[in-house]
Amino acid sequence: MDIKDIIKPENLVYKKTELMTDNVLSYCPGCGHGTAHRIAMEVIEEMGLTEDTIGVAPVGCSVLAYDFMNIDMQQASHGRAPAVATGIIRTWPDKIVFTYQGDGDLAAIGTAETIHACNRGENIVIIFVNNGIYGMTGGQMAPTTLPNMKSSTSPFGRDVETMGAPLKMTELVALLPGTNFVTRHAVHSPGHVRKAKKALRKAFQNVKDKKGTQLIEIVSNCNSGWKMTPVDSNEWMVENMFPFYPLGDIKVDGKIVKELH
Amino acid sequence: MAELKLMKGNEAFGEALIREGVDGYFGYPITPQSEVIEYLMTELTHERTGMVTLQAESEIAAINMVYGAAASGKKSATSSSSPGISLKQEGISYLAGAELPCLMLNVVRGGPGLGTIQPSQADYFQATKGGGHGDYHMYVLAPASVQEMADFVEDGFDIAYKYKTPVMLLSDGVIGQMMEKVMIKEQKPRLTDQEIHEKHGDWATIGRIGGRERNIITSLYLKSDQMEEHNQKLQAKYKKMEEDDCRWEEIQTEDADYIIVAYGSSARISQKTIQLAREKGIKLGVLRPITLFPFPKKPISELANRVKGFLAVEMSAGQLVEDVRLTVNGKVKVEHFGRNGGIIPSPVEVLEAIEKLIKE
Repeated sequence: MDIKDIIKPENLVYKKTELMTDNVLSYCPGCGHGTAHRIAMEVIEEMGLTEDTIGVAPVGCSVLAYDFMNIDMQQASHGRAPAVATGIIRTWPDKIVFTYQGDGDLAAIGTAETIHACNRGENIVIIFVNNGIYGMTGGQMAPTTLPNMKSSTSPFGRDVETMGAPLKMTELVALLPGTNFVTRHAVHSPGHVRKAKKALRKAFQNVKDKKGTQLIEIVSNCNSGWKMTPVDSNEWMVENMFPFYPLGDIKVDGKIVKELH
Repeated sequence: MAELKLMKGNEAFGEALIREGVDGYFGYPITPQSEVIEYLMTELTHERTGMVTLQAESEIAAINMVYGAAASGKKSATSSSSPGISLKQEGISYLAGAELPCLMLNVVRGGPGLGTIQPSQADYFQATKGGGHGDYHMYVLAPASVQEMADFVEDGFDIAYKYKTPVMLLSDGVIGQMMEKVMIKEQKPRLTDQEIHEKHGDWATIGRIGGRERNIITSLYLKSDQMEEHNQKLQAKYKKMEEDDCRWEEIQTEDADYIIVAYGSSARISQKTIQLAREKGIKLGVLRPITLFPFPKKPISELANRVKGFLAVEMSAGQLVEDVRLTVNGKVKVEHFGRNGGIIPSPVEVLEAIEKLIKE
């Protein structure tokens, strides 16, 4: 039997979403961004939101997200995606607007824009990919880099005495009245991918229902920046990142569901 | 209906934004232009026309809100004053790079640094030479009256959409704060969502309506040949502006032996100097650039063939004078008279500078 005989609609078990382009991903092999992109696009396609959705991708590894996400996209300057998204949603209140930001972007240079957009309760989805490092610029220390973790600008490990402690922006914005759904996920195993996708679906439904700001953190690996193999980086993430950035819902339907400390 | 009103320049700008059918204004308070956002908030713009007025957390956020709205085909504006405009520079560079239309007002105050809240024209270089990073220009209009603070809103948006480029009104504390009579134009309707699809659907990010190909707003071109091509496209746009949309006003230049080049408040002051000079038998005229970029090179260059000298009068330490010198190109002498730090020159001081120019 020829392979062409097998390719039939009735035999279809999995299909790449139309909302991912055929462009070759510019992410390093093993990186979690590709999966995070895919599930976000699957959710938009499955919910029938393609004609209404506008994405904003600021500077960072995902600045080229518009090459891969087959929807209307704006590239934004470093840290400013929540402000750019505010400009869109305020003038197009019935559209679906999301940002896709890294940890350096969201938790360092864009701290003010993130906190204030969340505090105003802008009706947007913020997808926050946290890999504890500046990936695109070559592995420098991020606001989320763990204590004692090595990076090119903390070559002897992050000294919290002089470099500050990692910033838990997700817990921080959960305290603001404008946020409606705040949750933390990962995409390193099929089970985690399913849970993350479910959370994304909930977040997009919530903005459709005009419930306010949705923040989905995805704790991810950066095998290049961490100087590990992809498999090792995922193991290291489970052992080191998850205890500091525990997975699960933090705020649901405007109510904090987890003890914050 | 058009109306004659007595208003501050900043308020006239605000009212003109509403009547222009603007969709979104995003601002942050700073003296001497806070009246713009105060006026818009008091006028309940959302109830009047559906226009969004939002106070941002910073000038940086405000310009990026403008970016988001403009990139989605919505008519958007911001205003600030010198230190705030400095903060906006990264955003302005992105707007120019991504070819987005918008309107910005700078009510200039004395600097550098925190400077002072008194009027100044010290942001000329910043406005006309780019300001932010990269090879770009804004189209810069310089209002010299409260009337022009209102009129240049419509003119500015026309240019912004014609060229898909950010436009700046470079005003100063005098024009922003002073009250004059102003004829406010009748209300233009805001574009409907359908009209935005029809007019801007080929480039604006408003969702893949009808399953069309995606639109992308970006200023990123990682391949240098593409980046150069994009730069050349921008430069061609600036050249076209210079050919088709350069504006200036000539006041008593027909028989003039000497010409003052001045814009905004300085041009108003220099008009009084013409009168004082002519009483003394000095044939003086004023050339007022209305657009600072593109700079009115053609009329200045023509005048340089028949007058004896130029004096650039500005509330800055010698910025405008550089463009005048480049244009005159050594044909006749070009001198500078400026006050800075918030001091407004008097017509008599300007006359003394003209007399000094004649003597030398």
